[in-house]
Amino acid sequence: MAKVIVNGEIVENTWQRLTSEELDQQDVPAEGAVIVPLAYWLAHRDALLERAAPVGVCLEPGEEPADLAADLPALPLVAVNFPAFKDGRGYSYARELRTRYGFEGEVRAVGDVLQDQLFYMHRVGFNAFEVRADRDIEEALNGLRPFSVTYQGDAHDERPIYRRQSA
Amino acid sequence: MYVYQDYDQRLLEERVAQYRDQTRRYLAGQLSEDEFLALRLQNGLYIQRYAPMMRISVPYGMLNSTQVRKLASITRDYDKGFCHVSTRQNIQLNWPELADTPDILAELASVQMHAIQTSGNCIRNITTDEYAGVNPREIEDPRPWCEVIRQWATFNPEFAYLPRKFKIAVNAVPDADPALIGVHDIGVQIVHDHNGETGFQVWAGGGLGRTPMTGEVIGEFVAWPDLLAYLEAILRVYNKYGNRDNKYKARIKILVKALGADKFRELAEAEFAELKGGAMTLTRDEVARIKACFVDPDYRTDVDTSALRNALDEHRAFNRWYHTNTRAHKKDGYRSVTLTLKKTGRIPGDITDEQLEDVADLADRYAFSEVRTTHQQNMVLADVAEDELYELWRQLDALGFATPNLGLITDIVSCPGGDLCALANAKSVPIAEGIQRQFDDLDFVHDLGPLDVNISGCMNACGHHHIGHIGILGVDKKGKEFYQITLGGRGDRQSRIGEKMGPSFESHEVTSVIGKIISVYLDNRLENEPFISTYERIGMDPFKEVVYG
Repeated sequence: MAKVIVNGEIVENTWQRLTSEELDQQDVPAEGAVIVPLAYWLAHRDALLERAAPVGVCLEPGEEPADLAADLPALPLVAVNFPAFKDGRGYSYARELRTRYGFEGEVRAVGDVLQDQLFYMHRVGFNAFEVRADRDIEEALNGLRPFSVTYQGDAHDERPIYRRQSA
Repeated sequence: MYVYQDYDQRLLEERVAQYRDQTRRYLAGQLSEDEFLALRLQNGLYIQRYAPMMRISVPYGMLNSTQVRKLASITRDYDKGFCHVSTRQNIQLNWPELADTPDILAELASVQMHAIQTSGNCIRNITTDEYAGVNPREIEDPRPWCEVIRQWATFNPEFAYLPRKFKIAVNAVPDADPALIGVHDIGVQIVHDHNGETGFQVWAGGGLGRTPMTGEVIGEFVAWPDLLAYLEAILRVYNKYGNRDNKYKARIKILVKALGADKFRELAEAEFAELKGGAMTLTRDEVARIKACFVDPDYRTDVDTSALRNALDEHRAFNRWYHTNTRAHKKDGYRSVTLTLKKTGRIPGDITDEQLEDVADLADRYAFSEVRTTHQQNMVLADVAEDELYELWRQLDALGFATPNLGLITDIVSCPGGDLCALANAKSVPIAEGIQRQFDDLDFVHDLGPLDVNISGCMNACGHHHIGHIGILGVDKKGKEFYQITLGGRGDRQSRIGEKMGPSFESHEVTSVIGKIISVYLDNRLENEPFISTYERIGMDPFKEVVYG
């Protein structure tokens, strides 16, 4: 089974992420944790909520947390897809999930997720990372801690450095 | 200047270690070209035509003499003995080796310098008036606010992968725009309310480049504690909704234009409402801490100005330099001195390692050890006592820094162009040199009066050609270098984009075209009327008739 970084540890990935194309061909399996696209969630919310195993929702660039705001309390996981690492919209989505909507479940970065972006991703509120399959996930862990100093507040501590220092 | 705390220094050192590891992984084949590109750009490293180009950050143009000496030794040890002052007040090295770049960053970190976010799709160096803090016309010193913004922007995790680059400038002069806020992604105009409390008029959506335009006022009055929350709101709107499909439509100016200023403001204000009053709210203590780094130096109160009057009467060349290259200072008995880096035949803005050391020595002796870089690619000694001006001038003259041409036709602003830059369509340096050689009579140059000539080798507009009174843009036509000329741009009182004259010219035609433009001006000007005013009065047609007639 594929590995994923969750809360700083490398663990088995117990979530199956289903794409729209896959869901055109098949139903959501009865067993196991699944992540479905936002459109599928919105169309099948009631059925999905009755499922015994957990369901998470994946946001693509252009789909914002606001589109999902009312459902967040019912969700254990929101994934944010990075089709290309240079598309930075997902950073704002994660920050909004944590800071604006107070989402406390897992926020998972998926797609073109690489070592050198993990630190920023973590700061804006991601706590889980599906590192791109062709990269060494052990090595990628180093990307979580290049800096001990941060000027601005972030999803973990909204206070800028001068407020943290004097606290 | 801003004085580093332990944490500022630790951050730089951690950055060097991070970049060293990234470079190692790239050279070992563990990072793709594309992945390393985004990382190296945010460390100021471009791959140019012949070698990497490294852009070193000079926050709002402020340097101390120790930093200038370090730049001298770096250009000597890692480059060919010269560097380039850019229109973003930064310093560029043109020939470093990629493998040396981590060492260069380590050397820079030892004097509180870096290359963070000098390139890439992130928030770039914050710029302001090169006379900030000494300009008698400013309502307050803009530099503390620049530093507040710099810290918020540095490694801001949410805004490192924006649709495109993002430039912020701060201006504190009410009736002029020395920081060019009108042509920035965000322009911050410092204002005071009726109680004298500081606030900011916030502009967004200006920019040069491919689709030049001036910005719109988005926030009419943002109270000082809310500055960062307001900027964050604008950046978040841009990060979420800026165009990512086409890099030529990706700057915030395109978004503001597409939505309209009212709709953009509505989105920004909605974000701001969420952030206002939160943990980003600036505190009086923190602003005071930063302001304390920008206190006045120990100005003398015994400056004897009678010697200056005598020297001005006796030495015509000194007199001319005084009136051209020095300007009024907020403190009686002091002037600000500009060293023009526009020697004919050299890339405008270039300076050698030895000259850097000379400038550092002069700064130590005459200007409280401080040097500034300007967006016109010159250097400034901001605080010189009037009774030392003559002595300073003699030394500057011997060093070749006293050409009295600040703001005149030969004080050309130019990018390095196709001689060095891989992006350029055309060379810019020979064009600048041609103009400087054509106008080599100082009396004539002075008679022409204020004239901004700006040259860019391509659409990216590093030479700010759109805001030159005369702008020159290198364009490529079927593999041949051509130059398009614009007139009437300005970056002085309120930024305005110049108007295209018509079909472009071959390189050998440019100097004669400039000559014709000048002749139209001379034939039409009223007494003491500068070029730009004549142009605004008579319009484009008389120029076109002579140039294309």
